[in-house]
Amino acid sequence: MDALLSLIHGFGVLADPMNIVYMCVGVVLGVLIGVLPGLGGANGIAILLPLTFSMSPTAAIIMLSSIYWGALFGGAITSVLFNIPGEPWSVATTFDGHPMAQQGKADQALTAAFTSSFIGALLAVAVITFLAPVVAGFALRFGPAEFFAVQLLTFCSFVGMGRESPFKVLAAMMLGFALAAVGMDSVTGQLRMTFGTVELMRGFDFLIAVIGLFGIGEILLTMEEGLSFRGKSTKITLRSVMNTWVRLPRFWITYLRSAAVGCWLGITPGGATPASFMSYGLAQRFSKNRAGFGKGEIEGVVAPETAAHAAGTSALLPMLTLGIPGSPTAAVMLGGLLIWGLQPGPMLFIEQKDFVWGLIASMYLSNVVGFLIVLTTVPLWASILRIPFSIIAPIIIVLCCIGAYTVHNAFLDVVIMLFFGVVGYVFKKLHYPLAPLVLALVLGDMAESSFRQSMLLSQGNISIFWSNWLVGSICALAMVMLFWPLIAFFIDKARNGKLGTHGETGRV
Amino acid sequence: MAPEHDVMPEAVPGEDQSTVTTRVMELVVAAVLMVLAGVVMLDSVRVGIGWAFDGPEAGYFPFYIGLIMFLASAVTFGVNLIGRNADTSNFVERSALRLVIKVLVPTVVYAGVMYFLGIYVASAIYICFFMMWLGKYSIRKAAPVAIVIPLILFWLFEIAFLIPLPKGPLEAAFGY
Amino acid sequence: MKLARTLATALTTVAIFGFAAAGPALAEWKPSKTIEFIVPAGTGGGADQMARMIQGIIQKHGLADQSMVVINKSGGAGAEGFMDVKESDGNEHKIIITLSNLFTTPLATGVPFSWKDLTPVAMLALDNFVLWVNADSPYKTAQDYVGAIKAGADNQFKMGGTGSKQEDQIVTVALEQVTGKKFTYVPFKGGGDVAKQLVGGHIDSSVNNPIEQVSFWQAGNTRALCVFAAERMETQGAAKWGDVPTCKEAGVDTEYQMLRGIFTSPGVSQEAVDYYVALFQKVRETPEWKDFMAKGAFSQSFMSGDEFKAWVANAETQHKDLMTKAGFLAE
Repeated sequence: MDALLSLIHGFGVLADPMNIVYMCVGVVLGVLIGVLPGLGGANGIAILLPLTFSMSPTAAIIMLSSIYWGALFGGAITSVLFNIPGEPWSVATTFDGHPMAQQGKADQALTAAFTSSFIGALLAVAVITFLAPVVAGFALRFGPAEFFAVQLLTFCSFVGMGRESPFKVLAAMMLGFALAAVGMDSVTGQLRMTFGTVELMRGFDFLIAVIGLFGIGEILLTMEEGLSFRGKSTKITLRSVMNTWVRLPRFWITYLRSAAVGCWLGITPGGATPASFMSYGLAQRFSKNRAGFGKGEIEGVVAPETAAHAAGTSALLPMLTLGIPGSPTAAVMLGGLLIWGLQPGPMLFIEQKDFVWGLIASMYLSNVVGFLIVLTTVPLWASILRIPFSIIAPIIIVLCCIGAYTVHNAFLDVVIMLFFGVVGYVFKKLHYPLAPLVLALVLGDMAESSFRQSMLLSQGNISIFWSNWLVGSICALAMVMLFWPLIAFFIDKARNGKLGTHGETGRV
Repeated sequence: MAPEHDVMPEAVPGEDQSTVTTRVMELVVAAVLMVLAGVVMLDSVRVGIGWAFDGPEAGYFPFYIGLIMFLASAVTFGVNLIGRNADTSNFVERSALRLVIKVLVPTVVYAGVMYFLGIYVASAIYICFFMMWLGKYSIRKAAPVAIVIPLILFWLFEIAFLIPLPKGPLEAAFGY
Repeated sequence: MKLARTLATALTTVAIFGFAAAGPALAEWKPSKTIEFIVPAGTGGGADQMARMIQGIIQKHGLADQSMVVINKSGGAGAEGFMDVKESDGNEHKIIITLSNLFTTPLATGVPFSWKDLTPVAMLALDNFVLWVNADSPYKTAQDYVGAIKAGADNQFKMGGTGSKQEDQIVTVALEQVTGKKFTYVPFKGGGDVAKQLVGGHIDSSVNNPIEQVSFWQAGNTRALCVFAAERMETQGAAKWGDVPTCKEAGVDTEYQMLRGIFTSPGVSQEAVDYYVALFQKVRETPEWKDFMAKGAFSQSFMSGDEFKAWVANAETQHKDLMTKAGFLAE
């Protein structure tokens, strides 16, 4: 009840019309930032941070967080339309979102993505509103061993899904890990696989690889079939939005599961990218339409988007209550708080009630605003698919190059990105799966450093991974996920034994 | 039994001549991956692949990553080298390859030009070239797109967001 | 054919404009285009925060004649950023903010650069390091903790820090030299992570900067044992920094402070350096800057010219000495 009263107070803070204006401007800017690959939420906010100095802290944080929500929404757009993830956390959205667009269902994919983002955000804001003190304590329990367990779980819930040759899956995954290892070793500070070049010390950035592998690779594949998009453009009407909405409620379990995964990883903080992968993997494990995943299954859009937005939203909770950013974007906002003279941390909720509850109230409102804005733009985005390929393709490639450059302000990254484009094309043709590669690339670094941090803490004793109930149960869960196909097989067998042949007729 | 001839899934008759077979491509990619894996392992040995008293050394994981990658690619290599059902169909039809090259080569040139002229001028040239060469648009249609898009990008990045992108002599002339 | 002509025209245009670019020389130097402000660290870290803060202050108060853009070049522990400035010889529109990786990165990685390759502009502030323990630990003072370390075994105590072979680990090494015992040093990605690990009880102590721990400290989660500086910090309102003894007072004779300074490209004119010194002096006058300094309990010493050069040279020797003893030098 206390939280509810504070929240109402928060909405009161928002009543200033200028705040609403800032909110709308923020969301639009955010969508733009999300659409432009490489120019992520963190960069976008860092760039706009100094512009907000002359505003009041509340107005400034409302605008910045609105940019953040906008970027979360916007990341899905290019993933669906062009197979280019605008943000790292929308990589998993490409798996089914882009096939849907190719089948002429871009409108459905976008509607599902935006709606899922919205629902994920709402569930996460509800968690922030009512559970903030409880959940903040939970985040502190996560040491290196727990982080490693979470990364293991992400991995185990995602692997073993492909129809590709297991040796190719392994090779692709290991290539991802190997690329992740290039650069400076975070534990000893030694240089690995840089061969004396300063350029390689920066390592292979996930986004650069992904823009190349997915974006450029896709354009090259498209070219094979001549100068046309594989996506058929459809007429977008309010009806198609409604039709999509009608289909969504049946995925309520996916929504809840993905939002739970998202909140968990946002708060601990594991990040929105692992959350989206884990949630996609789980959705596929437990879906009735397993076989449809990767070919344009709407549930494969719902799961990662819900999780990513839930994680992105809940990442602000540890920032506010503990002063620890849950994501790179939150880290930049944290800097903003300090600059405006606010000290994030346990005292913020007590000393700056107006600010905190104003921000939380704005999360509700700006997500609604953001949702409405992006939803009305669905026809606009989908109509991009009607632009002739020979006009849109060079523009996409230009945007990919800019995106690759802006990640590290390095020209070589543009070249690397194009190289990854060729690799993506060849791999796709030879049925090397790209998903394990990018997952390994994004998780490899984190997983290795948390493993080695754990080993330092335990002095090389591996039992640290089952030393308490928390880390032990996450590890156990990871093992269950890894062997799930086997377990499912036995469950199925047991059930079939009892029910005769009904198991097979169950899925129609 | 000649397995080479019964696996031709989408062989389109007519002008399309063969380029390389999928099998050759498989061998090449597997070999490249094996070489890469070798490099990874070698470099890992340099930084130490042991298990120190306080956990693995810097090269411990990369070494085994390299090893697994080597073995997995070796299997792929072997299967395609001696396998009976290796895919000997065309990796890419010549006409398709020509289209792919038509995009790839200008793009590589574009990246090179970008280094000297900056991203905006290079993009204008690239978009214009692409539209005229591949899209068969007239210069009157291509030029406006090719000029307006970089201008929008320039405004967006350099002026609105204050993100400096690579610039060349033209921008310098205007004081940027 | 037509296309070739178009291309040729375009290239000629570019060339003509290119040659027209040379501007007239001015007696009093003023920036003629956007100033690039390089941060040799990632977004969200301490150096990045300070750089964006400065950018905002300059913009808000209209202190510079041109706008300023912050560019992160964090690759290879900041080597990328430093190399970039080193290689832009004579570029007067490029400045860089430093953290201790100005000294540590070339020593630890062997990447060829040093502060002598850049032009020193000014010292903005010195960042303090404080020895922290969890409030639940039995150590009330630095003596208690050091006593326990001396009595304990090597590697028994776990020190968390940011990065490897960088400032936090150097402070740890300095502490090891005083106690004669080894720490288990666990590197994390950022100061915030380290602070959280300490509060969560996953590590025994940390040497976080004041700003990274202040909120936990005030909430009673952690305890400040001593500051690695020659003088005590100043109390700022509720944050009683003045009550934290220096490590020397507490019997641990170690000092370490991190430079937050500004450098520019090599080979720039003295007029340009003077311009930047004056600019940063103006920045220091603003209330926002003063507030930021107070929040982070920075030591506010401003230096420029030869005084600053001497300080940097001395700091380099100190780093080299500590890193050699710790065996952190690149072979």
